[in-house]
Amino acid sequence: MDADAPPLLAVRDLTIALPVGGRMVTIVDSVSFTLGAREILGIVGESGSGKSMTALALMGLIDAPGARITGSARFKGRELVGLPQRAFRTLRGREIAMIFQDPMTAFTPVYTVGWQIDEQIRAHGRVTRKDARVRTIRLLGDMGVPDPARVADRYPHQLSGGLRQRAMIAMALSCNPSLLIADEPTTALDVTVQAQILDLLRRLRREYGSSVLLITHDMGVVAETCDRTMVLYSGTIAERGPTGAVFARPGHPYTAALLDSIPPLHGARPARLPSIPGSPPAPADRPAGCPFAPRCGYAHDACAVRPPLLPRGVQDIACVLPAEGRDLPARCVSA
Amino acid sequence: MTAPLIEAQSLRMEYRVGRGQVLRALDGVSLAVRPGEVLGLVGESGCGKSTLGRCLLRLARPTAGRVIFDGTDITALPERTLRPLRQGMQMVFQDSYASLNPRRRIGELIAEPLRVHRDGQGRRRTAGDIAARLAELLDLVGLPQAALARYPHEFSGGQRQRINIARALALSPRLVVADEPVSALDVSIQAQIVNLFMDLRDRLGLTYVFVAHDLAVVRQISTRVAVMYLGAIVELGDADTVLHSPAHPYTAALIAAVPEPVVSPDGDRAPPLRGDVPSPIAPPPGCRFHTRCPIAQDRCRTDPPVLRDPGDGRQVACHFPLESSA
Ligand SMILES: Nc1ncnc2c1ncn2[C@@H]1O[C@H](COP(=O)(O)OP(=O)(O)OP(=O)(O)O)[C@@H](O)[C@H]1O
Ligand code: SF4
Ligand code: SF4
Ligand SMILES: [Mg+2]
Repeated sequence: MDADAPPLLAVRDLTIALPVGGRMVTIVDSVSFTLGAREILGIVGESGSGKSMTALALMGLIDAPGARITGSARFKGRELVGLPQRAFRTLRGREIAMIFQDPMTAFTPVYTVGWQIDEQIRAHGRVTRKDARVRTIRLLGDMGVPDPARVADRYPHQLSGGLRQRAMIAMALSCNPSLLIADEPTTALDVTVQAQILDLLRRLRREYGSSVLLITHDMGVVAETCDRTMVLYSGTIAERGPTGAVFARPGHPYTAALLDSIPPLHGARPARLPSIPGSPPAPADRPAGCPFAPRCGYAHDACAVRPPLLPRGVQDIACVLPAEGRDLPARCVSA
Repeated sequence: MTAPLIEAQSLRMEYRVGRGQVLRALDGVSLAVRPGEVLGLVGESGCGKSTLGRCLLRLARPTAGRVIFDGTDITALPERTLRPLRQGMQMVFQDSYASLNPRRRIGELIAEPLRVHRDGQGRRRTAGDIAARLAELLDLVGLPQAALARYPHEFSGGQRQRINIARALALSPRLVVADEPVSALDVSIQAQIVNLFMDLRDRLGLTYVFVAHDLAVVRQISTRVAVMYLGAIVELGDADTVLHSPAHPYTAALIAAVPEPVVSPDGDRAPPLRGDVPSPIAPPPGCRFHTRCPIAQDRCRTDPPVLRDPGDGRQVACHFPLESSA
């Protein structure tokens, strides 16, 4: 990435609050990150950590009444926070596209997949129906759909999960968006098909020049796909940095514990899996200090004050340990 | 060798799916699970794992074949005769919420099987018996006694799964079939529940059939593994043997496809398989895996391979099994 060029997306102190039971509850708390051109950034976290909310805010898709979004998200220099819905509508599909876990939400059941992609192409430029179809078929082919002309004439429910996911990605890419937001795009797929879709996402930046914000709960998916990784815990950033560094030398106890709790596929089987006690707090019950403190094996007095996100080597870590000179040990992993 | 606790012999399960079409969800599945074993069932969506689990517990009645529980053929037993046997075999499901009535307290939910079934001497359990057993069960699954008076929605997914496990264990079953019991849980919680399953097996001498699509979870908990593809077992054997040096090309592909939480210095890995699983309504002729198999030969397109032992005690359905890499 060119160090001087402004990033494609610069998010600063993004905070999302929703009214819950008569008071405002902060769901996403001061999240900041940047995404460069042709970069894949992974946002990883467990359910309720605020991953999807962050993505929805960037797409202008938070429609809960009374929601309050503050901070800044500049996309190609343009402020997204506070952008009117009309302006969002022209951005979505053209500049920013989104793919979801369930492709059925992206398609209507009553039209063929090809027709819907044609329409998407025609909605954003003066293209004849015939030219649009040529492009649709090429896109589907690029996404690894066998016999794309025939698949284009199918209805969504007639396609397998893997083909539907490819068709949805084709539709998302139909207008050459510079940013693709993928929210758990492979969670509903079988592993062998997931491997194909992840391969496709990695190719997108080479062949389409897209940047990808990949949201997932799966650390394995992040390791295989993302250039940089941001770990969310209870609506806050626990840690972020280059993926290789985060996985080899996690700096935040949560990241380390999360990685440890995944059973290994190779090597010795542990007699017991290291697990994290308890469960994440609901946003309304988030403790005042470090949100991970109630479950953290390293918690001590200093953790009663919320630790800021501070640089440590190539990573940024929201934990008091690095400043105390108590870095976590590197992971010993056998791949 | 001890006799199997549960055994399936040439099970077939067919569903009519309209327009005269038949979907063969199980196509001749045979296996035996001995007391104390944990059999992991893996395979992609729709391969028949849940159907097999339900047939083993006779929650579904197979179209053909036999199910033998603890020496008794239960394939065609009427519900009345089956009932006392049912206490010995229980199921835990993926969706911890759907299996719990939201309007009942945890105490009532766990006590329900204790009220319905009589005890070992054929007597109804007294309120005192039930209260004592509830206390024991909560301890067993690591829930506080205070949980009894609360409702399902007051618990997290992991705790609800503990409640389901307590309920499944109420009648002291010998066999538990768990269908994706940790798939819906976050990894940090998943590890707690996997550990719990392992502890319970050690403490109570349970036998599990553990259905999961996550190979790493299956490896962690299983002593043996059965890999299914389109309604049939393609490889079956000792968990370490099968997962360390797979003999069936499909098993090898499944393992290779798992994204591991390690950044590989060799860069991106190519996907091991192309395409999707074919429709089970019209499975491919010959070897059912031949449309996706990277080493398929002409023979595979017409000649269906049968399960056989390649010489190391496992069973593989492939004409050209992979050489052991160990
Ligand atoms: N009641 C039913 N009627 C018709 N088809 C069914 C029925 N139940 C299951 N099937 C079909 O039988 C096949 C096997 O289903 P099963 O649920 O056993 O698969 P599975 O391996 O458990 O899949 P998953 O990983 O998605 O849970 C699938 O093709 C499924 O669609
Ligand atoms: S700040 Fe304290 S409680 Fe939070 S992660 Fe670091 S050591 Fe643990
Ligand atoms: S029998 Fe042939 S097609 Fe089937 S798994 Fe073996 S090599 Fe592949
Ligand atoms: Mg199932």
